[in-house]
Amino acid sequence: MTGQARTTPGAGPAWVRGGTGGGAGKASLDVDALLTDPDTQIIVCCGSGGVGKTTTAAALALRAAEQGRTVCVLTIDPARRLAQSMGLTELDNVPRPVAEAGAEGGGSLDAMMLDMKRTFDEVVEAHASPEKAKQILSNPFYVALSSSFAGTQEYMAMEKLGQLYDEAGAGSARAGKRWDLIVVDTPPSRSALDFLDAPERLSSLLDGRFIKLLLAPARGPARFLSAGFAIVTNALNKVLGAQVLSDVQTFVAAFDTLFGGFRQRADATFALLQAEGTAFLVVAAPDPDAMREAAYFVERLTHEDMPLAGLVVNRVTDLPAAMLDASEAESAARTLDSGAETDQQVAGLLRVHAERMLVRAREQKLKRSFSAAHPAVATVSVPALAGDVHDLEGLRQIGALLTA
Amino acid sequence: MTGKGGTGKTTVAAALAISLATRGRKVLLCEVEGRQGIARLFDVPPLPYEEREIGVGHGGGQVYALAIDAEAALMEYLAMYYKLGRAGKALDKFGVIDFATTIAPGVRDVLLTGKVYEAGRRRDKDGGYSYDAIVVDAPPTGRISRFLNVNNEVAGLAKVGPIRKQADAVTTMMQGRRTAVHLVTVLEEMPVQETLDAIADLRSADLGVGNVIVNQVRQSPLTPPAQDAIGSGRLDAAAISASLAKTSIGASAELGVGLLEEGAAHAVRQELQTDQRKVLAGVDTQVIELAYVSEGIDMGALYDLALSLREQGLQ
Repeated sequence: MTGQARTTPGAGPAWVRGGTGGGAGKASLDVDALLTDPDTQIIVCCGSGGVGKTTTAAALALRAAEQGRTVCVLTIDPARRLAQSMGLTELDNVPRPVAEAGAEGGGSLDAMMLDMKRTFDEVVEAHASPEKAKQILSNPFYVALSSSFAGTQEYMAMEKLGQLYDEAGAGSARAGKRWDLIVVDTPPSRSALDFLDAPERLSSLLDGRFIKLLLAPARGPARFLSAGFAIVTNALNKVLGAQVLSDVQTFVAAFDTLFGGFRQRADATFALLQAEGTAFLVVAAPDPDAMREAAYFVERLTHEDMPLAGLVVNRVTDLPAAMLDASEAESAARTLDSGAETDQQVAGLLRVHAERMLVRAREQKLKRSFSAAHPAVATVSVPALAGDVHDLEGLRQIGALLTA
Repeated sequence: MTGKGGTGKTTVAAALAISLATRGRKVLLCEVEGRQGIARLFDVPPLPYEEREIGVGHGGGQVYALAIDAEAALMEYLAMYYKLGRAGKALDKFGVIDFATTIAPGVRDVLLTGKVYEAGRRRDKDGGYSYDAIVVDAPPTGRISRFLNVNNEVAGLAKVGPIRKQADAVTTMMQGRRTAVHLVTVLEEMPVQETLDAIADLRSADLGVGNVIVNQVRQSPLTPPAQDAIGSGRLDAAAISASLAKTSIGASAELGVGLLEEGAAHAVRQELQTDQRKVLAGVDTQVIELAYVSEGIDMGALYDLALSLREQGLQ
């Protein structure tokens, strides 16, 4: 891929409309341009919980497929009905084709749900001898680590992305590729960017002094360490119980040979995220908490040199049909309150309108403050639908709104 | 207090703490996810790992707040129970603290809930409990059972030993009659579904389910007859225009059409809310509703929400 294809000098990326260097809030995100740019190979949707991240990822993937791209979407924890809408009825950790998606335009859509434990198991199986893999998989420490470690889901999401990317490129020439675009959803993390930190955290575990200490006896004499080590192991045995430490030690010893591979993969995935073919979309909803989180995401991604494409603000209140400001509507409603039944009903309608105008004004203010602080971040707003999305038609509708 | 992300569980937890802090009661409000949500809500500087008074309840009660940090809790735990001294420092130096709090599975949750356990059992010099109530702004619905059922988490790991004993003690407290898990939701499909799932998970883990608190409930300005009139077409643009003629706005058929359109969209949203309310009515716990606060949450709003909780029997 080439930098020139994606960036016209002085004008910013092709999917940013309006003056990037100009006034606050002017840069708008052209989602279709992003989706159809053949150099866009990975789209990562991130954001805090409850903002519609998974729906956005699915809608983007479907739209790209219907524009002729061969797409794979990796979802983390989709709502049941959304999963069903994409034919994801079982969690088998393999992408499955979404029937009737994209065939007309020559594209296709595959979808999968992440099974973090299975992904972890597969990594172990791929990197260790069958005998050693068996030993690791049955170790109590491994079982706990692979199913409940706070960062496992984040790490495995990135691991799976790396695998899908390798699989996508397996067909060599572009025409022969299995997928030319991968869209990923990210886990609703405790802290916003756990998925970025996960590889680093795993690496620091593997390189940590503690692990080295645990391995030391197995590796032979390390006398200069042993005094401190004795204190540490004694203390740990006292707190954890002797059996825990020996489980950890067995696990670490068995895992030792895999460490290099893990580290390499973690680094490769991080590099893949930073690569030019990757585009991060921060997803938010127009409420103060979600917008604050979005600002944090944007700053963190920028800081990590991750290719940020823009901000998607979901569920925005669109401009009401009636052109009337809130205070005027409210005062007219008060006049009608004492009238006949019809007047009172009209007062109700006027209040519905006034409320909507106020909500909209608050949302616009939040968006303006965000743009003022981050003028270079291209933004797209998606109007709220009256109901939830749980079929392909709904996803298409979201896709159309994303690109309107 | 648990709930799906975006439902306002921190706000409701804070309101409950204020509500509980009546008649001289002393309440501890804890957060465990390092978000500093409490500090933001009460407009105070970020909370340290230290209990601080941050508010008062009606009738002279007090609200203390604490941001529980797993690493600090571990160091405190080691110092308190093992008097490790030099070994404690060695643990830190060798990266064990880091290992235990970030990587060792389950340990983090044992430490976080363990601190709540400690605060709940702590007694003053006069022998009474230090706190009359503890409110925890807990992890979201998807993780709540695992978080509270620490025993299960470390069971596969530590079959004997102090950490197991600690986990057992914490679990006993969490499953006891004095602990209740309240679930915050909004009237939307996914949060309601997650609430139902979480209730089932909590029950199968023997954890006590408290109330379902429906947050951000918007009262419709349209009465049911008005909604009927709009739905059936009895209230048309001409009739609206005639009413508008009596106001400063003046007659406008165009506005009538626009207002009807908004009214119809509003009715659809109301209906979806009503559907979700029906789903929640099938839950065999008390459902409490809190009104949407359109001006944003400040201290005044927190006291209003606290009052509303109290009036509905949650105190």
